[in-house]
Amino acid sequence: MLTYIEKIKEISSRLLQEGKVDVVIGFRKGTVPMMNEPCFVKRPEDVDNFVWDSNCGINLANYLANRKEKIGIVVKGCDSRNIVTHIIENKIKQDQLFIIGVPCKAMIDRRKIEAMFETEIQEVIEAEDRIIVKGHGLEKTINKIDVLQENCAICVQRNPVIYDELVGEPVEEKKDVDRYEDVRKIESMPPQEKWKYFDDLILPCIRCYACRNACPLCYCPTCFVDESRPQWVGKSQDPTDTRTFHFLRAYHCAGRCTDCGACERACPMDIKVRQFTKKLEKDCLDLFGWEAGMTLEKRPPLDTYRPDDPDDFIK
Amino acid sequence: MKVIKIDKKEWAGGLERLSDSFLLCGPVKKDKFHNFKELEKGELPDMNLLNTRLSPKSIVYPQSEIMFKYTLDENQKDHNILKEIDKDYSPRGVIGIRPCDAKAFLLVKANFDAPEYKDPYWIKSYKATTFVGYACNIPCNTCFCTTAGCGPFHEQGLDLLLVDAGDYYLSKIITEKGKNLLTAAGWSEKMDAAAAGDQIASMKQAAEAKITARVATNKLKDKKTTELFEASFWEEVAFACINCGTCTYVCPTCWCFDIQDEAYGSSGIRMRNWDSCMYPLFTFHGSGHNPRETKMQRVRQRFMHKLKYYVDRYENGIQCVGCGRCIRHCPVNIDIRKVCDLMNDYEPALDEE
Ligand code: SF4
Ligand code: SF4
Ligand code: SF4
Ligand code: SF4
Repeated sequence: MLTYIEKIKEISSRLLQEGKVDVVIGFRKGTVPMMNEPCFVKRPEDVDNFVWDSNCGINLANYLANRKEKIGIVVKGCDSRNIVTHIIENKIKQDQLFIIGVPCKAMIDRRKIEAMFETEIQEVIEAEDRIIVKGHGLEKTINKIDVLQENCAICVQRNPVIYDELVGEPVEEKKDVDRYEDVRKIESMPPQEKWKYFDDLILPCIRCYACRNACPLCYCPTCFVDESRPQWVGKSQDPTDTRTFHFLRAYHCAGRCTDCGACERACPMDIKVRQFTKKLEKDCLDLFGWEAGMTLEKRPPLDTYRPDDPDDFIK
Repeated sequence: MKVIKIDKKEWAGGLERLSDSFLLCGPVKKDKFHNFKELEKGELPDMNLLNTRLSPKSIVYPQSEIMFKYTLDENQKDHNILKEIDKDYSPRGVIGIRPCDAKAFLLVKANFDAPEYKDPYWIKSYKATTFVGYACNIPCNTCFCTTAGCGPFHEQGLDLLLVDAGDYYLSKIITEKGKNLLTAAGWSEKMDAAAAGDQIASMKQAAEAKITARVATNKLKDKKTTELFEASFWEEVAFACINCGTCTYVCPTCWCFDIQDEAYGSSGIRMRNWDSCMYPLFTFHGSGHNPRETKMQRVRQRFMHKLKYYVDRYENGIQCVGCGRCIRHCPVNIDIRKVCDLMNDYEPALDEE
C-alpha cells in the first residue's frame, strides 16, 4: 500500500500540468499519530504534500457535492461507491471527475489502537501488514488485521467500482464474508431488549452531528434536525430527540449507505452508529438484492417502482 | 504556602466524609474514555487518566439547561408568564480537574460574569463549586498549555492543587474554599512548607519540560483584524472541515448557546443548549439571510474569535488554554496550533494570492 503514494503524486502532477483538472483532492500527513487531513492541491509542485497509508479512512466523496470545477480525486473502494451514488443523485457530474482509484488494503481504527495501551501513543509506523506503535517507554508491533476499522474488516468492495486510473494492481476481493452477524444478533432480540440496546448505544451522544457531517450522503441544504419552521426535533439532550435524530438519519441513508464507516470514525463519543445503517443495508440486500453504489446502470430501489416489489401494500 | 499531605490510604475515607457536605464530581472511565460525572455515594474518581474526553465545563454550564417554565393554560392566573425554576446551588466539589480546564473557567468568566452582563446561572454554579485540581505529571503530546497562558501545574482558577507523589498526594492550598474542603474531608497532615514547595517545584519543572507542543501568540494583538480576516490561508485551513462542531463541544473555553422554548400541551419550558459557530444555523437570520453562509466563514470565525477578537476585547491572552482536545478529536485533523502560527506569522505583503 505504501507504494501507492508515488503513483498518486505522479498522476496528480500530470493532471494538473496538462490542465485536465483544476484541483486534486487527497490526504496530507496529519499532526497527530494515525490521523491524516483531507486537502487539495492546485499546483503540480505541491503534490508532494500528498500521503497514503492506513489512516485515510475519511470518505473524500464528502468533499464533492455541488462543486463546479474539474476535480481529480483519490478514491478507495467505498469512496467510489459514494461517488456513484453522488452521480446518480446529481450531486456531481462524472465528466467533471478524474478518479484516481486506490485498491484499498483497509484502514486502521485509531481508537481501537489507543485503547490497547495505557500510555499515550507518540508514533505509529506502518510496515505493510504490521503496525509498530511507540509511546513513553513502549514499543510494540501489532498485526494490522487485528486493528482494522470495523467496516473495513467486512468490506467486500476494496477496489474502486469506477475509476480513470488505478494506482496499483487490483486487490483480491474477499468472498464469503459474513457482513451481518451483528445485525442478526439484534434482530433476534425481543423488542424490549432491542430498545434497550439502542438506547444504551446512543446514551453518550452529544448531538454534535459529526456522524451526519462526515457522511457524503448528508448533503441536504437544511437537515431535518436543523429545520425551524416547523421544528421537527428538539435540540436538548432529551432522549426522544436524540433517538429521532438517529432513526431518521439512518432512514435517510437507506439504500444509499455504502458502509464506508466515515460516520463511526468521526463520532467523538465512539458511538457505533453503523448499527443503525447496517440493518437497513441488510434489508435492502434481502428485499431488493441491492448494494449501494455498485453501478451507474441501475436506479436505487427507494426511488423506483418495480412490479415485483416484495411488499403488497404498494401494488 | 501551605501543603497538606494526603496519604492515598486516607483518600477514599476523606471523599466519603466530603460527600456529606459536597456534591462531588470526578473523572470516571466508561468503555474507552473518561468523562466527569456526579459521583455516587462511595464511588471514587478514577485518577489514572490523562484527561477527560469532554471538558468539565458542563459541571457549571450544562449542555442543556432549563431556565424558565410557563403555562399556556388561561385558567391559571399566571399563564404566559415565565417563571424561574428552582435550582440546587448547594456546595459541590470537582475532584481531579486538570489545571487547563480550571483556568478555562476564568476565560469564560469574562463572558458570563462581565461588568455589563451577568449570567445568574453560570455565576451561581461557579460560586458554589470548589475546584480540586490535579497536576499533570505526564502531559499529552497535544497539550500546549505552557504557551497558552497555562501549564501542567498552573494554579489560576483552582482552590486546591493535588500533586501525585506516588503513595500520597501533595495538596497545595490556594484559596480559603480549598482549605475548607480539606477540613471537611478531614485531611490535615501538615508538611514542612519549604520541603513540600521544593518537591512541587521540581515536579512542575519536569512536567513542563515534557511539553514540546507550542504556539506563538505574541504578534496576534498587533495584527490588523481586517487583514487577518482577508488572509488567503483560510481556504486551505477550512477545506477539510466538515463543520461538525466537535471542536467546540469538547472545548472548555467555548461558551456559545442557543435559547429554545419547548411546550408540551399547555406547559412549557425555556432552556438553553450549547451551540457552535461551526453550524450554519448559528447565524441564520429569520429573514433567510445567513451572514456566515460558507464553511470557510465559519471556520474563520472560530479561530478569529479565539485568537484575535478575544485577545483584543479582553486583553487577557487567547481564548484557549491549550488542552489539545480539539486537536485530538477533530475527525479531519484540523489543528489549532498550525492555525495560530499562521495567524501570528501572517504578513499581508507576503500573501501570494
Ligand atoms: S457524531 Fe456521535 S455524538 Fe455526535 S451526533 Fe453523531 S452519534 Fe452523536
Ligand atoms: S451512513 Fe456512515 S457508513 Fe453509511 S455512507 Fe454515510 S458515513 Fe458511510
Ligand atoms: S472538529 Fe474539525 S471538522 Fe469538526 S467543526 Fe471542528 S474543525 Fe471542523
Ligand atoms: S481551542 Fe482546543 S486546545 Fe484550546 S482550549 Fe479549546 S479544545 Fe482546548
